[in-house]
Amino acid sequence: MEMTDIFGRLAWADLVLLDVFRSPSVDTAVSSGAAWIMVLGAVAVVVWLTVAGRWGWLWRDWLTTVDHKKIGIMYITLGFIMMARGIAEGVVMRSYQATAYQGGAFLSEEHWAELFSTHGTVMIFFVAMPFITGFMNYLIPLQIGARDMAFPVLNQISLGLTGTGAALVMISLALGGFETGGWTAYPPFTGADFDPGPGPDYWVWSIVLSGFGSMFSGLNFAVTIYKMRAPGMDYLKMPVFCWTALCTSILLIFALPPLTVAGLMQALDRLLGFHFFTNDLGGNMMNYANLFWMFGHPEVYILILPAYGIFSELTATFAAKRLYGYTSLVMATMSIAVISFGVWLHHFFTMGQSPSINAAFGIATAIIAVPTGVKVYVWMATLWRGRIRMTTPMVYMTGFFILFTIGGFSGIILANPAINWQVHNTQFIVAHFHNVLLPGLIFGIFAGIHIWFPKAYGFRLHERAGTITAILWIVGFAMTFLPLYAVGLLGYPRRSAAFDDPAFLPYMYVSLTGAFILLAAFCGLFVTLGISIRNRDSLAVPLGDPWDGRTLEWATPSPPPPWNFPVIPQVSSLDAFAKEKAEGKPYVQPAEYRDIELPAPTSAGMVVMVSTTALGFALTWWIWWLAAAAAFGLVAYFFVRSFFEYPHVVIPAIEVQRVNEAWIEALHLCTPVNRDHEDDPRNRGHAATDMAIAS
Amino acid sequence: MSQETNVHPGMNLGYTDGEHEAEVKVFGFWVFVMSDLVTFGLVFAIFGTMAGATAGGPGPEDVTDLKSIALQTALLLGSSFGFSWASLSMKYHDQRWRTLGWLAVAATSALSFLIVEAIDFRDWYHMGAVPQRSGYLSALWALVGLHGLHVAGGLVWMAAMTGQILRYGLTDQIKSRVTRMGLYWHFLDIVWIGIFSMVFLAGVA
Repeated sequence: MEMTDIFGRLAWADLVLLDVFRSPSVDTAVSSGAAWIMVLGAVAVVVWLTVAGRWGWLWRDWLTTVDHKKIGIMYITLGFIMMARGIAEGVVMRSYQATAYQGGAFLSEEHWAELFSTHGTVMIFFVAMPFITGFMNYLIPLQIGARDMAFPVLNQISLGLTGTGAALVMISLALGGFETGGWTAYPPFTGADFDPGPGPDYWVWSIVLSGFGSMFSGLNFAVTIYKMRAPGMDYLKMPVFCWTALCTSILLIFALPPLTVAGLMQALDRLLGFHFFTNDLGGNMMNYANLFWMFGHPEVYILILPAYGIFSELTATFAAKRLYGYTSLVMATMSIAVISFGVWLHHFFTMGQSPSINAAFGIATAIIAVPTGVKVYVWMATLWRGRIRMTTPMVYMTGFFILFTIGGFSGIILANPAINWQVHNTQFIVAHFHNVLLPGLIFGIFAGIHIWFPKAYGFRLHERAGTITAILWIVGFAMTFLPLYAVGLLGYPRRSAAFDDPAFLPYMYVSLTGAFILLAAFCGLFVTLGISIRNRDSLAVPLGDPWDGRTLEWATPSPPPPWNFPVIPQVSSLDAFAKEKAEGKPYVQPAEYRDIELPAPTSAGMVVMVSTTALGFALTWWIWWLAAAAAFGLVAYFFVRSFFEYPHVVIPAIEVQRVNEAWIEALHLCTPVNRDHEDDPRNRGHAATDMAIAS
Repeated sequence: MSQETNVHPGMNLGYTDGEHEAEVKVFGFWVFVMSDLVTFGLVFAIFGTMAGATAGGPGPEDVTDLKSIALQTALLLGSSFGFSWASLSMKYHDQRWRTLGWLAVAATSALSFLIVEAIDFRDWYHMGAVPQRSGYLSALWALVGLHGLHVAGGLVWMAAMTGQILRYGLTDQIKSRVTRMGLYWHFLDIVWIGIFSMVFLAGVA
């Protein structure tokens, strides 16, 4: 038996860890260094788990759980781990461009191309997607008054598939390297002729496998929202975050198939010599561009809509007012979801369509700004004459308002094909999409973490540390990305490895400084977390309603019990909990308690993750026996599993009663705290409501 | 959500608590089928754009053997027909052998479909109509192959259902699974009708 039978095309030379020893240079030091950081980080985690005896805890409490709340937290944790990599790459990239004048940069051009490809892939698929999926996981069942997702095991499997994608991208750091064709991986540049691998193969399999996970998440969320709402909660009585989640789910169901199809066709081209996107024998690269952006544009709204949902909840809560124009907001969200399928071509206006086609897509793109504008006005009207508390979420909201509007306007500029021709493929584009994704999506997520972290862990995040971090994000963003509009207009092509115009230099230096501020802001998140953990006693809000919240998740203790609600709540209006509080009778108690059945833990998600990671790795490296074994193992596992009744855990009524009554008693013993003391130790999560007038 | 309406009379579960659970699962499966239909739709669209991209190689008139296609169509529609009878017998008769018999008819018919399809693939291979030859052939193999893979997956599913019916009888859960399998099976028929008319009939028209 030959080595290639066992290891495919994997060879010692692919071990990036050793590159720096084989040919020492700054370039290899950076790539090997990154690989070593990852490997040593993984080893450190393993050592810690072993020394602290935490393996059982990790397996039983987290990896095998089907509790939507824990799955949500795991998604967000994954997002942060991957974000560390994405931000580090961002800083290296800004350093590169600041030194790229007349080709003097400190990395090879190949390495630079790899950096912008992984940065984009990681940030979109393994930071932004896990963040929004995590939030939807955590919040949907709590907000609609359900005990879990419609398909709890499928939910865990989705997480496993997302983990597979992230794992493959991380493995590429140490073994063989990633592709160099940007996060969109356009063939034929990423085809077998120009790049035999393994980079594009890593991309294909991480995207395709995690894409299945995202599609199943969308399916799960949509079915949960359609079928599992508490009795009385009509569609127009759903919290607005659930509306945005529903629209995102619909987009996930319809927009992920194009990505899967594009990825698998690319794989067929690369592995079996098909001719979908090749230069010769009838292949057509434009099919790839169309498929990719049929996914890619809805994807933008998949990411941003849940953030809109968070901002909507945020304005209403922290202005102590009912959301102004709920119905228009719902309609705007739905309009965006529908129109987002009709604009994909604006990503390649310059690639040879007729002017009339470009015009049609340009008009559609401009139209989609209208519902987005509606939203901005809805939020402004909600804040208008509200009792605004300038806490950390509102700081993020302020940054969002100003910066996101700039990003939105640059989008409208780009919607015009004639202007688009002038600035396409320049730094202007880089500025634009960072301008919508960072202040839009990421600020929304961080604001959301400040709001819902106390729900998940029972203590608030430290307010001053949070505010400083938020300001760092805002300043860092502005300095890093706003200068790129200018250099873009001056004609600096994006992704270029070097530039010759000294006029770009000052902008590059400002941008580099901004990147370091963003790095500090990212560290600020962990400093905030550390300070908060240290002061968790004075920040504790176990009673569950620290912000005078409006929706059902605040009517539970923090953290909520695994069954969420002792009995499924009855809903009679929008903002169900706010209404109860305004009427002076919150915390309605059940007349009788019943046993609660919850799905039992299962290792299905881990089986899927391990086998699909092996499958993706094997197909990347042509290790055919492993690919066959992994695929067969996966099918066999589910075949056999289907023969067994899926077990449930029963929580006895007496236990539910004990937990619930202990909470209610604590509520009665605690003096409600009004909004002026929201931010001090007196806030134990029992809000003296401010809503009697405002609602 | 309401327990009073019998939303899935086809399953004959009666007015039980299981009704809501079955409703959620069947609805979820509809959503999956919808997403899968988008996948097929996209592969159809790619096929459409590549229909002329034969690059001087074999074209539709070379790969289309209408006799074989007619036989495949009959076998696949026959399989769906057999499955309908399995569903009906599940609804009206609580006899596992009756349902299993019809499932066996459906499975045999689908397996024969796959064999005839495989013979077609072999013939294409021998005439040099391999996917590596041209964009058109790539799209043809991918589209027909994707459908074939779905049918093969369905056969594995049917094997699992057969084993479960033998072991547990026609329980509520198994009825719900057979109902979902039926959705999948008839959906594959509809896709085949698309392939039959768009790929083969239109190819030689």
